[in-house]
Amino acid sequence: MRGVFIINGQRKEIEFAPHKRLLDVLRENGYTEVKEGCREGECGACVVLLDGKPVNSCQVLAASVMEKEIITVRGLGTIHKPHPIEEAFVEAGAVQCGFCTPGMIISTYALLKENPDPEDDDIKRALDGNLCRCTGYVKITKAVKLASKKVKKDGK
Amino acid sequence: MENREFNVVGKSIKKIDALALATGEVKFTADIEMPGMLHIAFLYSPHPHAEIVDIDTEEAKNIPGVVLVLTYRDVPDTLHTTAGQGYPEPSPYDTRILDKRVRFVGDRVAIVAAETKEIAEEALKKIKVKYRELPYNLDPEKAEESEQIPPEDAYHLLPTVYEPSKNLAASVELSFGDVEKGFSDADFVLEERFEVQYANHCAIEPHAAVAFYDERGRLNIISTTQVPFHVRRIVSRVLGIPLKNLRVIKPRIGGGFGGKQEVFLEQVVALVTYMTKRPSKVVFSRKEVFVSSRTRHPMITWYKVGAKRDTGEITSLYLKALMNAGAYGPHALTVMANAGSKVLPLFNKIKNLKFEGFSVYTNLPVGGAYRGYGATQGYFGYNVMLDMIAEKLGIDTLEFFKKWHIKKGETSPIFEELGEGKEGVSQIIRSCGLSECIEKGAKAIGWYEKRRKRIKNGDKVRGVGAAILMQGSGIPKIDMGAAYMKMNEDGSFNLHIGATDIGTGSDTILAQIAAEEIGTSVDKIIVYSSDTDFTPFDVGAYASSTTYISGGAVLKCAKKIRKEILKVAQEMLNVPEDALYIENGTVYTRDGQQKVSFQDIVIYSLYTKNQHQIQAVASHIGLESPPPFMAQFAEIEVDIRIGRIEVIKFVSAVDCGKPINPVLVEGQVEGATVNGIGYALWEDYVFDEKGRVKNASFWDYKIPSIRDIPEIEVIICETYEPTGPHGAKSVAEIGINGPIPAIANAVYDAIGIRLTKTPFTPERVLKAIKSQGIKL
Repeated sequence: MRGVFIINGQRKEIEFAPHKRLLDVLRENGYTEVKEGCREGECGACVVLLDGKPVNSCQVLAASVMEKEIITVRGLGTIHKPHPIEEAFVEAGAVQCGFCTPGMIISTYALLKENPDPEDDDIKRALDGNLCRCTGYVKITKAVKLASKKVKKDGK
Repeated sequence: MENREFNVVGKSIKKIDALALATGEVKFTADIEMPGMLHIAFLYSPHPHAEIVDIDTEEAKNIPGVVLVLTYRDVPDTLHTTAGQGYPEPSPYDTRILDKRVRFVGDRVAIVAAETKEIAEEALKKIKVKYRELPYNLDPEKAEESEQIPPEDAYHLLPTVYEPSKNLAASVELSFGDVEKGFSDADFVLEERFEVQYANHCAIEPHAAVAFYDERGRLNIISTTQVPFHVRRIVSRVLGIPLKNLRVIKPRIGGGFGGKQEVFLEQVVALVTYMTKRPSKVVFSRKEVFVSSRTRHPMITWYKVGAKRDTGEITSLYLKALMNAGAYGPHALTVMANAGSKVLPLFNKIKNLKFEGFSVYTNLPVGGAYRGYGATQGYFGYNVMLDMIAEKLGIDTLEFFKKWHIKKGETSPIFEELGEGKEGVSQIIRSCGLSECIEKGAKAIGWYEKRRKRIKNGDKVRGVGAAILMQGSGIPKIDMGAAYMKMNEDGSFNLHIGATDIGTGSDTILAQIAAEEIGTSVDKIIVYSSDTDFTPFDVGAYASSTTYISGGAVLKCAKKIRKEILKVAQEMLNVPEDALYIENGTVYTRDGQQKVSFQDIVIYSLYTKNQHQIQAVASHIGLESPPPFMAQFAEIEVDIRIGRIEVIKFVSAVDCGKPINPVLVEGQVEGATVNGIGYALWEDYVFDEKGRVKNASFWDYKIPSIRDIPEIEVIICETYEPTGPHGAKSVAEIGINGPIPAIANAVYDAIGIRLTKTPFTPERVLKAIKSQGIKL
């Protein structure tokens, strides 16, 4: 089947099998920044924004989100023009292997949109669905707090 | 080398690949797609031990889109080990790509390559296999009398003990003094049995590999590997493809922790591409990672320790370790040996000591390298025994630790006697900050305010516990790393290293080591790593070796570059070499009269006179393996009604020599600590009666999430290791070893219960409370 997805602000018409998950449709069309860590909705590596809300894209039937707005980490910033949240993760030392990072950053973006001044407990609730095996989450918590400051300063 | 003021080393420079990772620009192995690429899926054994009597692939082959169906009849039958270790590997050659006999639920039966993964998976269902089931054994304590698990023709390369007919994958024995006499001289003797469980590395990136032919007809492999050079060697041997026709590239890796020191996918993609001349790819599912990749080796340890009441001297120590290797033997010898060699030298004044270790085959998932590598298994009982002795002596555990732990200038006979598949290497400790770690950690946890206080809040009781640890820095006289550098026209440098950054930040650390030595900044160092065609050899990322071993190579290489730069500057300025010094990319004469920039120097060297490329290459082996040290402290609260342990605060105080990059050091320790807490409290494999893994998913196998972590504090107690690059030792593994004993000792402090089997689930804690009785 064919369907239109609005990915990172661009309308994309994509041919895909009806049973495909959003994760597969994204990855098969070059959005490999959306990572696959478990395919069962537990690790959060594939989190994207769907109409502004963070979702595990492996748990979303692609056909159910046609015409909807999807944002991946590359829709927030690029290596040449990074988003302040991306910069915050780098500066805080929150990126080790970096495989969970795109999902972490999307979840952080969603959190800061709702709550620009998160406390530790808010951060824990918002990122509970994003697993990381490298950092022990200490620097990730720091990064979210740093991102909160940066985002407010930049007004993003 | 001596400690000095540093410009680049000791600074928390941002990880050089972090922004590319954070913005999603980076391609990991599974992200690679190529035109015409085949996708690979595996058929796995449903039986713990069986012989394949018949296997019919006709129907599977006839499915449109299926290109290749391979069984044991179709693939090279070279025996090998999947352990990505140096040659000759100390692990037995007991594995084939596919075999007529399958040895655990999850062992490989067939390989399918198809146009899509979906087609490949569909084809698996059409393969008809007739099995003859064989007797199987899941209990390591019954291994010797059970049906032989390894192949009849399995063998090993080193002169170590290997008795496949007894399911003995390896054994070691070490003793000195007279252990029996030591026990009879003791005022009291304590004995206890400890047990640790299966666990998975759970790198968030699953294992993956890609193979393709390049335009010159050479076979390229890109894979999630910690050991690209070992991959090249092993694939070449197993498939009989000349090594010169292979190129192995490691892209960014989504975490390793030892799980990617195993070579079990690369030979498969290489074979499929070799047979079809098409690119191929395999990506493990999470379930496959749990069942059919590699695991932490479970281990049972028995400790017997005798001590004198007046002095606290340990007169005798006996440790027996029984390791469950699983169905194959990668790292079966060395992980088990490390339970002794990385643990027992810590109290180096024990005169009578015996260590016996056994690694046995069972029909369960395959063990392998896992951060901590035996030390994790050994330190549980060790630190609990020390806590028990201190209590018996009526002294504070920390005072007992400080009095007896190995110190600077001292040695242990174990260093020399127990190595990796051969004798070890004697060494004197040249740096040790363990006492400082103990003192600073105690302060941070509030030891003296909280210990033996048993603060109660309803059903909840608090306690604090501690553990002390050491590890190593690479495998001495075995591990080698090499580095190449050249200077570019703008004064920048290419640094090519075989070393393998798997997310640890080693590319950044090695750039810092180079920049410091040359007298430039990290942004002038362009790092390219882990490509068997374009970087020099390195054993890879394991055994806590990269900073120390590869860093040593980079330091040597940078020293040569520095010399080359000064030589050209000398020629340009017409002054003697000792009249020059380098600061921040410029060479100055000491009299302050003349200077010349790196850029001018390199332009001169390339275009002006005596034209040549300023470049250097260097190799480094560790002649010693200086241990990092750590003291870890847990403050916990036990709910005695439901048996639940909550970690309130965890402190890790570490001596890793000179921290090259303190934020990356903290990151290593924090990550290892949390992984260790998960192993102590929750992570476990649940098997059914046939050894089938029942919880092979993140839903059923609990790894810590951000919500589960306590307050974590890392304290760096800096020392200077004279044999290390800029004073550095290793740091990556050690932090995973202490959470189990620190938590166990804290539980004893809280409620007087000794926990001896991990994970410390509420069920186990309640059982222990019932059987031991609470002594509040």
